Amino acid sequence: MIVADRKKIPEIRDMIQGHDRVLLVGCGTCVTVCLAGGEREVGIIGAALRMSLKLVGRGHVVVDQCTIERQCEDAFIDILAQRVSQYDAICSLGCGAGVQTLAERFPQKPVYPGLNTQFIGILESQGVWTEKCLGCGHCRLGEFAGVCPITRCAKRLLNGPCGGSREGKCEVNADTECAWQRIYDRAKALGTLDRLDAIAAPHDWSTGIEGGPRKVVREDQCIAGLGPKS
Amino acid sequence: MDTDQELVILALCCHYCAYAAADMAGSMRLQYPGSVRVLRFPCTSKIEVNYLLTAFERGIDGILVAGCLEGGCHFLEGNLRARRRVERAKKLLDEIGLGAGRLEMFNLSSAEGPRFAEIATEMHERVVELGPSPLRRGREAVLAGVAGMASLAEAVIAGEKT
Ligand code: SF4
Ligand code: SF4
Ligand code: FES
Repeated sequence: MIVADRKKIPEIRDMIQGHDRVLLVGCGTCVTVCLAGGEREVGIIGAALRMSLKLVGRGHVVVDQCTIERQCEDAFIDILAQRVSQYDAICSLGCGAGVQTLAERFPQKPVYPGLNTQFIGILESQGVWTEKCLGCGHCRLGEFAGVCPITRCAKRLLNGPCGGSREGKCEVNADTECAWQRIYDRAKALGTLDRLDAIAAPHDWSTGIEGGPRKVVREDQCIAGLGPKS
Repeated sequence: MDTDQELVILALCCHYCAYAAADMAGSMRLQYPGSVRVLRFPCTSKIEVNYLLTAFERGIDGILVAGCLEGGCHFLEGNLRARRRVERAKKLLDEIGLGAGRLEMFNLSSAEGPRFAEIATEMHERVVELGPSPLRRGREAVLAGVAGMASLAEAVIAGEKT
């Protein structure tokens, strides 16, 4: 899932400066699961933001809130159209994709991000989320016993650990597992250590964000004549 | 004191301990400040951060959350979770400048009537020091807010709201 966390209330308050009616829009998908922008968090951030506005003498600003199923798909945003027309601005509690989908759908409305989108990751334990994938566009987990060194090794090493791996921890941050220790341990348990003897080729970054923003097209699913927008 | 300046403090009490203790304080005719209004919850774990913030938004001057002794919650860890939520709400109160001091969590047993009177007094004195909430809009509105919180508490107990 996409993992995000909230911005501080004063930052949101300053961002919406100059607007008198603001709609906070939560998203019911990834950011609900990572407890950043679902219905409950929207309620909390909404109440905190209204109080914060009052405390700085901007109590006249109306902040209302709602949460939709998914912000990154037009079909789910449509139900907002009527409501949005009653506000000067939108503050999205979706990920960056949600914020931008709202901005495109409502060209006349300023849209502000209420969250900081962090990464693609997993719930490691209750209340802790960890980054697992950079979305590099050319997955090589098969070469590395199912552990991604591109995301999880601080130096993105593809051919074994650096000299700083200590007792399973990374030298860059002692709170982080050494990805290469994990790769080795898993390969050993799977009996596939010999596969790690092969020299891993340099990574082709052209399929990643370095090659510019990407698009996935499924011709069979495109509606004739519509296709990709650009 | 101008009635508009009279403080309103909510005591959000767990049914199994603090609520019974408050009841006992009453039967023992112990004195505690009239600013403290008791609302009953099935367990402090039912008290979510947004419930606390909504109360402050309605102009309530202070909140004390009172649950069972640690290890004594009837739902095992409810009061430990409540404490974490109270901590989170306190951080948010600091962040917006209302101040974490207006909110506190206490633990006590149902047999501690005098302790209830003590924490009610302690919280009242603390809020007196801080002064009325800058978010209050006059006593009528605050009392309407309390009534609203009470019905919200009922809805929470009935499971209609989370
Ligand atoms: S190799 Fe690329 S796609 Fe696969 S997990 Fe790592 S970053 Fe993600
Ligand atoms: S210690 Fe492990 S994870 Fe950290 S940089 Fe070195 S090889 Fe990568
Ligand atoms: S039952 Fe009293 S705090 Fe949980």
